[in-house]
Amino acid sequence: MYDAPSTTKEAVVTDVKIQANDVQVYYADNHAIKDVSVAIQDKTVTAFIGPSGCGKSTFLRCLNRMNDTIDICRVHGKIEIDGEDIYDKRVDPVQLRAKVGMVFQKPNPFPKSIYDNIAYGPRIHGMARNKAELDEIVERALRRGAIWDEVKDRLNAPGTGLSGGQQQRLCIARAVATEPEVLLMDEPCSALDPIATAQVEELIDELRQNYAVVIVTHSMQQAARVSQRTAFFHLGHLVEYDDTSKIFTNPEDSRTESYITGRIG
Amino acid sequence: MTDVSMESAAPRGTLTTVDARTKKRNAAEKRFRAYGLTAIVIGLFFLVVLAVSIIRSGLPAFTQTVVEVEFTLTQEQFDEAESQLLKTKAYENIFIAALQSQLEQRGLNVAFDAAAIERLLGKTGGTIREYFRANPDRIGTPVSFELAASSRVDGYFKGRVTRDSVVDSRFLMVTDLDLVDALYDAGIIKSAFNWNFITGADTGVDNPGGAGIGVAVIGSFFMMLVVLVLSLPIGVAASIYLEEFAPKNWFTDLIEVNISNLAAVPSIVFGILGLAVFIQFMHLPQSAPLVGGLVLTLMTLPTIIISTRASLKAVPPSIREAALGVGASKMQTVFHHVLPLAAPGILTGTIIGLAQALGETAPLLLIGMVGYIARAYPEGVVSGFIDPNSAMPAQIYTWAARADAGFYEKAWGGIIILLLFLLTMNLIAIILRRRFERRW
Repeated sequence: MYDAPSTTKEAVVTDVKIQANDVQVYYADNHAIKDVSVAIQDKTVTAFIGPSGCGKSTFLRCLNRMNDTIDICRVHGKIEIDGEDIYDKRVDPVQLRAKVGMVFQKPNPFPKSIYDNIAYGPRIHGMARNKAELDEIVERALRRGAIWDEVKDRLNAPGTGLSGGQQQRLCIARAVATEPEVLLMDEPCSALDPIATAQVEELIDELRQNYAVVIVTHSMQQAARVSQRTAFFHLGHLVEYDDTSKIFTNPEDSRTESYITGRIG
Repeated sequence: MTDVSMESAAPRGTLTTVDARTKKRNAAEKRFRAYGLTAIVIGLFFLVVLAVSIIRSGLPAFTQTVVEVEFTLTQEQFDEAESQLLKTKAYENIFIAALQSQLEQRGLNVAFDAAAIERLLGKTGGTIREYFRANPDRIGTPVSFELAASSRVDGYFKGRVTRDSVVDSRFLMVTDLDLVDALYDAGIIKSAFNWNFITGADTGVDNPGGAGIGVAVIGSFFMMLVVLVLSLPIGVAASIYLEEFAPKNWFTDLIEVNISNLAAVPSIVFGILGLAVFIQFMHLPQSAPLVGGLVLTLMTLPTIIISTRASLKAVPPSIREAALGVGASKMQTVFHHVLPLAAPGILTGTIIGLAQALGETAPLLLIGMVGYIARAYPEGVVSGFIDPNSAMPAQIYTWAARADAGFYEKAWGGIIILLLFLLTMNLIAIILRRRFERRW
């Protein structure tokens, strides 16, 4: 029905990186996430799919406590990363976000130079003792973001002057520069053209070697192409969570089937 | 019902002919444009009238009719004059003799007496004596004196006073004008650029020719320093807290509403508050730029807070998310990313707030800056803050309230200087905005 998920990307059974149990999210009186329990595996790309407003982005933002910045948002339930409850009172969200990086829907480079965009995170976390180390971190991050060759000659040019696809790869490089363990991506390709999308998807596949990647996407083809595990959200519920190949070829729930065949959404 | 369906069912004309509806819409648009244009033209007309009247009335303040007399005071004359009972009278006599001889040198013979000279130039003896007592080394050498002519003589040259309008009085006799004409022919009386108006101090009510706005400019300067140093940090800190950190609840809502209300409070209310709190309760000195600055700070704070919050709000939330996403703390996000992007807006708001404060008069009325005659420059920085002084708008108000027509002219001149300061500040605001504005 869609591009058949490639069999080479068969899910590798690995450790659970993030374990969420009975997560509820409320925006004031609006119950946005209902009883979501999910186990996200390390070194795997997990895709969240579902119609608009189904809560997939909200859930993603719970994983690095980005929802803390919204006054009216309340989160109940338990989310553990490596067995540690991230909503524990002792957890500082700033430390958590260094461990759980995030890439946003719209490329949002800082209005600074390309170098400073990448170096900002390592600087505030004190990851480099001197300029040479910082240079090295920046180069490594840009290489991992698959943008090094395009920008190595103009590291002092403003990051906002790059094209949309380059900007998004810069943002990914910025996110990996702080050496996170989990990378959250909120519709990273929705503002990109097909070529840039292909580049970013390729990059996501490479990032899987080192990180647990969670990606929210509206494009089911994209979920099928890049992910090994897929979670389908509908009206705040996690309807089905399984290997991507199973979700797209043989879904158990009728709602999942309706969605991927384009009948609800 | 039938009509509507009839109309929609009516066959459409071609695109090349304009149908009635489109015609109506186009006419409405044309009318609206005409209204807008009319409004702009009316506004411009009033602006031009204002500018022309200010310049026409104010420019004469920048020139002053002076009498230039060169003469040498010998040591004997000095000693003799100093030994007399009426010392300044003696100097006046020496001056008159010198003037007489200069007229004779040029072959002019006009009779005049000491009283006429007093009417023309005021008390000249005092000025001359003061000069030689301050500079004893100039005794015995030729010194050129430029003495400001009295208000009416000045007015005679500027067309404010004519022969027909002069009524004999102790200020000016019609016959004096003959002397003035003779002096003019001799090149002794002339019009000069009035530097003293820009740099000088205010005088009493009897000497409009010597009055200057310089000391009041210094008073305004110290006031603006107080306003800047207090209102910028307080205003910016308050806005950052309210915009970025404060929880949204009824209490912060209340604060928000009150800040907006404070911006609309009439300035005289701040003046009476300053009088009650700073002068009567805290016993700070009256008429001091420090107190003026404190009062104007209260007035400027809401302006700065509102403009700062607006520029903080204008920073796209995606920048905040990006910073938080790489693990920056809230404060790092604000100070590393949000504040630099908001800086041009904050600067512009601050300068416009300062410009507003610079021109404010009403609160200064109540703390005693209006009516204080600023006769001398402050001696140092500290006294600049706490010694009584005037400020530009207060000085203009004081002059405008005085009887002599010469002061009326000074008031207009003062307005030109005040407007020049305001224009400069607004220009700086525009330049800063252009320079530091970053795009994302």
